[in-house]
Formats: sequence, C-alpha cells, structure tokens
Amino acid sequence: MFYREAGQFKTSYRADQALFPIAQDRYFVIAVVLAAFVVVPFVITDYWANALLLPFLIYALAAIGLNILTGYCGQLSLGTGGFLAVGAYASYKLMTAFPELNIIIVFLLSGLITAMVGVLFGIPSLRIKGFYLAVATLASQFFIVWLFNKVPWFFNYSATGQITVPPREVLGFLVTGPNASPAATYLFTLGFVAVFALMAKNLARGNVGRSWMAIRDMDIAAEIIGIRPLKTKLIAFAVSSFYIGVAGALLFAVWLGSAEPTEAFGIDQSFLILFMIIIGGLGSILGSFMGAAFMTLMPIFLKNFMVDGLGVQPALSEHVQIVLMGTLIIFFLIVEPHGLARLWQIAKEKLRIWPFPY
Amino acid sequence: MNLKQLTLGLAAAAAMTGSAYAYELTVPTLDYRTGPYAPNGIPFANGFSDYFTLLNERDGGINGVKIKLVPCETSYNTKKGVECYEKTKNAGNGALFYSPLSTGMTYQLIPKVTADGIPLYTMGYGRTSAANGKVFKWVFNVPMTYWDGATVAVQYAADKSGGMDKLKGKKIALVYHNSAYGKEPIRTLEVMSKKYGFELKLLPVDHPGQEQKATWLQIRRDRPDWVFMWGWGVMNQVAIKEAASIRFPMDHFIGVWWSGSENDVLPAGAKADGYKALAFHAPGADFPLHKDIIKYVYDGGKAVDPSYKDRVGEVLYNRGLVNALWAAEAIRTGMNIHKTKEPTAAQVRDGFEALDVSEARLKELGLPGFTFGVKVTCANHKGPGKVAVQSWDAKAKKWSIVTDFYQPMDDITGPLVEEDSAKFAKENNITPRECK
Repeated sequence: MFYREAGQFKTSYRADQALFPIAQDRYFVIAVVLAAFVVVPFVITDYWANALLLPFLIYALAAIGLNILTGYCGQLSLGTGGFLAVGAYASYKLMTAFPELNIIIVFLLSGLITAMVGVLFGIPSLRIKGFYLAVATLASQFFIVWLFNKVPWFFNYSATGQITVPPREVLGFLVTGPNASPAATYLFTLGFVAVFALMAKNLARGNVGRSWMAIRDMDIAAEIIGIRPLKTKLIAFAVSSFYIGVAGALLFAVWLGSAEPTEAFGIDQSFLILFMIIIGGLGSILGSFMGAAFMTLMPIFLKNFMVDGLGVQPALSEHVQIVLMGTLIIFFLIVEPHGLARLWQIAKEKLRIWPFPY
Repeated sequence: MNLKQLTLGLAAAAAMTGSAYAYELTVPTLDYRTGPYAPNGIPFANGFSDYFTLLNERDGGINGVKIKLVPCETSYNTKKGVECYEKTKNAGNGALFYSPLSTGMTYQLIPKVTADGIPLYTMGYGRTSAANGKVFKWVFNVPMTYWDGATVAVQYAADKSGGMDKLKGKKIALVYHNSAYGKEPIRTLEVMSKKYGFELKLLPVDHPGQEQKATWLQIRRDRPDWVFMWGWGVMNQVAIKEAASIRFPMDHFIGVWWSGSENDVLPAGAKADGYKALAFHAPGADFPLHKDIIKYVYDGGKAVDPSYKDRVGEVLYNRGLVNALWAAEAIRTGMNIHKTKEPTAAQVRDGFEALDVSEARLKELGLPGFTFGVKVTCANHKGPGKVAVQSWDAKAKKWSIVTDFYQPMDDITGPLVEEDSAKFAKENNITPRECK
C-alpha cells in the first residue's frame, strides 16, 4: 500500500537508470545515510565505536571487496586475510616513512599497493579455475603472513614484530591512536565506506561490472562476445584488492591500533569474510553490509544478551554463542541460499503487493 | 529464543544496571576459558578470581570495601579483547586495573590505558620495556620480565655446562610461539649469543601450535645442546610430547614460566620426567592461604569453577593467585596512601608504584616462602626480576623448585630496555617523566 511505485513516472533515461529508481527506496536510503552521518556521531560511545560500529564498517568494506571478486566476477579467493595484511603493513610503512603525508592519501596508497599485490596473485586465475584458484589464493595468504613475520623491514625492526599506529589527524581531529574520539574514528571510517560502497555499486552496474558478470556466468561465452578474460579478471583482482587493502589499513590503524600478522590477519579472517558474503549474498553490495553485520554484531549481541541479560557465565555463553551462530548460519542458508540480501528483496516484493497478494 | 524472552532479558539487564549500589572495587577479569589456550587460561583465571572471592568472604574485601569481579571471555583473541576492554572499563565504579594475560592484548591495551588512565598490570608478560616507569607510567610488569627470564635460562645452562665461558660454541635453540609473546626473548638472546659466543637457532611455531613435526625434526637434525621454549596453550603439550618422541634430553629443555604447568607435562607421561621450566613462585597447595581458599571459597560454594577444587595449587593456579595478591596489595596501598575507601584507577596506579610486598608481608598473607619480596619504584616497574628453575617429577606428578633464585643480568637487559622504551616514547610523543 505504502511501498509501491504506481504513479512514479520516469521521463528521462537518467531517472530510469538511477541507483534507487523507486522513491520510497531512495528516501529510506537517504534517511539511513543521513542518520549515520549526522545523528550517530552525537550519541556514539567508546564501546559502540570500538566494539560494534568500527568492526562492522571495516568488515563491510572488506566484504564488498571480496564480493567484487567472488560475487561479481566468480573468482573464489581465500587470500583476503593476506590482502588485509598488505593494506595494514603498507599503511604502517607509509605512515612511519612519511609522517607528513595526509592519512587519507596514505590509505588510498595502501589500497593501490594492495591492488598491485592482488594483480600479481591474480595472474594464475587465467589458467586456474574454481576450487583450484581458491587453493592458489590460499598460498598467497600463507606467503604474505609468513613474509610479514620474517622480514623485519616490514615492522621497522621492532622487538616483537608488532606494528603500532602513530597518531594522525584529519582536519585537526585525531583519527588514529588511543586519544582519537569515537565520533572522529567512526565518521572517518564511515566516510571511506560510504564513498567506496557507492563506487562499487556504480562499477557493478556499468560496463566493467557487466563484463565481470559475463565472465562469472560463462567465461567461454563471454570471450566469444568480445570480453577479454585477462583484462577483466585482473581488473576484478585489482579493484577487489584495493578495497580489501583500504579495509586492512582501517582495521589496523583506526580500529585495532596495533597488530601482529599471524593473529590479526590469519586464515580465519579469510574464511570470516568469505562467510560474510555467502551469508549476506553473493553479488550484492547490500548483502556485504548485511553479512558483515551478521558475522560481527550477532556474536556480541548474543554474548551480551546471555551474560548481561540472563546472567550466564561468560565461558559457557561463549560456547553457546558458537553453537547458536552455527545454527543461525545453517538456518539462514536453508531458508534462503542466496543470502540475506535475497531475503530482503523478497520482503520488498511482498511489501509491494501487500495487501493484495496474488 | 523468542521476543518475549529477549525483552525480559533486556529488561532484567536494564534493571540490574539501573539500581544503585554501594561503592565496590571493580576488577575486570579478562579470562579465557575457551579456545586452544583454555588449558592454561582456566587455572590462571580460577586462581585470580578465587583470591578476590576469598578476600570478600574472609575479610569483607580490601580495607573493608567489597570487590566486584567483572568477567569477560577473550579466548586469547585480541579482537575480542578490545571488545572486553571497552565493555568493562566503565563497569561498576570504573575498572581499577587490567591483567589481560596476553602479550598481544597488552600491546593493544598499552596506548588505550595510557589514554584512559587505568593501570595495566602484566605480571611477567607483555612489553618488557614497560619496566621503564619513566616512559610507561601506567604499565607494571612486576616481578620480572621475559628478558630477565632469558638471561636466567642462559645462566642456568652455563651453570650446568661449568661457567659462562663454556657456552662458547654451544648451540641453543629457541622454540617460540610465533607472536609478540614468543618473539619477546629473541633480542636478548641475540645479544647474549654475540657476547658469550653460543649459536642461537630460532624455531617459530605458528598459532595454535598443534603442528610441530617439522620443528622437532630440525632439532633432531641439528642436535642443539639446549632448547628453550616460549610456548603457551596446546603448543606446550605438543612440544614436550615431540621432544620426548625424538628422545631429546628433558633436563636440557627449559620452558619459560608460561610453559611449565601440570597440564603441559602430564600428556607426555613418564617421558616428561626432568623437564625444566623457569619459575618465580612455589607450586603446591601446602600454604595457609590455600586452606583458607578451600574453606571459604570452595566449601562456601562461592567458587567460579567449583569442579576445580582438587586442582587448587597447580602452578598456573598459584600464578593467578599471586597476580591477584600483588594487585590487591597495590589497591590496598593506593587506598592507604590516599586515605580513601573509594579509590579511583589513578589512585590504584599510585598504589602499584608504591607496592612493597616483603617476605614478611607474604607470611602475613598466608604464603610464607612462596616467592621473593617485591618492591616497585617510580623508575623501576618490573621489581627485582629474580627467577628460579623448577623441575618436573613425572612419578610423583609434582613440580619442585631446584635452584636458588637467580639474579637477572641487568647489564644486558638494561640498555635494551632503555632503547626500546625510548623508541616507544618517540613514536608516541611521550616525554619521559622525572623520577626522584
């Protein structure tokens, strides 16, 4: 009744091709983004920023990155943790080598460096497909983590191999280091995520995105209609690694503040982000956010509910939480194998014909 | 779980936080009772909590003020640690100190506690250079550091070989957890290997440490004279079992104090006999304090983990106990200095800095001869730094300390501490404070 586009006439191609052609969608998204930018910074606390919103936003960005490669272009990758590490270490080296460099430029450069590394590891994707590619990228994961453990130049010869972020400012507000206010770190991260999500959405509906999807759906057919697999796949690797690299830089510099390669960027991170896009929805930007929210916020919500709400012992709640998370993942995948984004879409379809379903 | 339960739960939580309480000393406990490090995390967490519970039950708290423990499960994961820190720092009347029992988490928390003004007490772990109180105002690592431990392990090896000059040409292998924790002793050992002419082999083991076949194959091939180990969690048990299977002489295998508890050696059975580990306190439950704990905490039904009763007195349990004891004394000292019943985290920090637990005081607290006396000053946050060696008797299933307490070699670690803390000060724009 409320959610239907009857009467919304498009009079130009521009209007017809808008990101959100339905007015209700558009207003809803604008309201959410406005609230995120204007309202949240005034009410945010240390706990909300560091425990909930920062990890959610940063993992959402990484999930968008992986979704570009796996969801849109169909190249299965298990190297995400390693690429996060490249972004983090690139930002650390740039920040310590050029202290005057603006932090936004540092992060973009970290993304570019990661993109180059990603392309390098993407080259075998021409000959290796499917599960075999997953194994090849798995090798990159282990190699990169090993490299950052082994070569002291990457961690500036610190005694323990830990990297620690120096304090940096944007427009006079500290955004890294322990003295940064939660509102500043949140807005900074949100800015990155919002801009890059918008870019990803547009990339995916444009020429490049369509050629990715053509490769994903059937690479031989795509080649026959004139899409060059080498170029397309490598662009997907580059863009995806760029996103993951920026996410890695944010993860290290803004959220954690210090990191060591084995723990912060281990293989479990690769799986975590892969699970995010599978649960959220392959080939969907919205799905990346939903998957990230599900995988980062749900465990904390379950824990807080059990420990604070029901008074369960923390250790027991941890075990129960693991079981519940597993059950929920199975539940959602049975209910909708195409992920939470598809559930959301179905809900919208139902809303459009409500109250007269046919 | 339906909506009704959810709302009820949330309402209960709101009611709990909403109602007014009398002042309590808030002590967050960042435990890990799950994951691959749980076998070591559980005894420590139990000892830590039991001591505070005992103070509440027997003495009515510290100086008559009750202690409130706020547990949070970290699984030895730094990301969960961040969440736990943020969640607990404003709990109750505000966290008075943190002891995360994780070197990785310590590195993450050092800048945060410095900004938030909460003392961080990392007993024998964490960042070694925090011993320099001029730079690390909020961090304490009483009673000794990893670098002290490394010098003692070398001294012990030298004693058994007949003097420091006999180390020349010897081979020492370090099997370490490939993380900030395991890498801590490397710098000291490197300096010592140059000075004393022994050859140092570094053998990293990746998290969680269940797979060490290659490492021990290498040891079998190289035949080092000594193997030192900086291990934690399941890595310890696996290493000792592997060492036994290649028949490496156990009395030449020395673990750090985190690699020398009952559950590390028991899985290897009789073959672990003679395995050595560093130690800074006695094992066993024969102290008056343990009797009180059994009486007030376990028999009183107040224990966090009631099934643990028979294991009270294990090495890591005692370690949690002494961690809590020193921290409790620091809180007491802070309360006495500022003559208050409601100390703030900053006042507790002053207490840590004036901490003075002599052997006589230990006896009063029910632990006669348990460990050495410690004294903290403004410049020295690590205390005396003494370490002994303990040995495992597989037949009696008992640890016992077999040497006197060694003095650490401050001439070696001193300059390294200066260098590392100066680096931290420079990175974080800290001007070292003056200490009178």
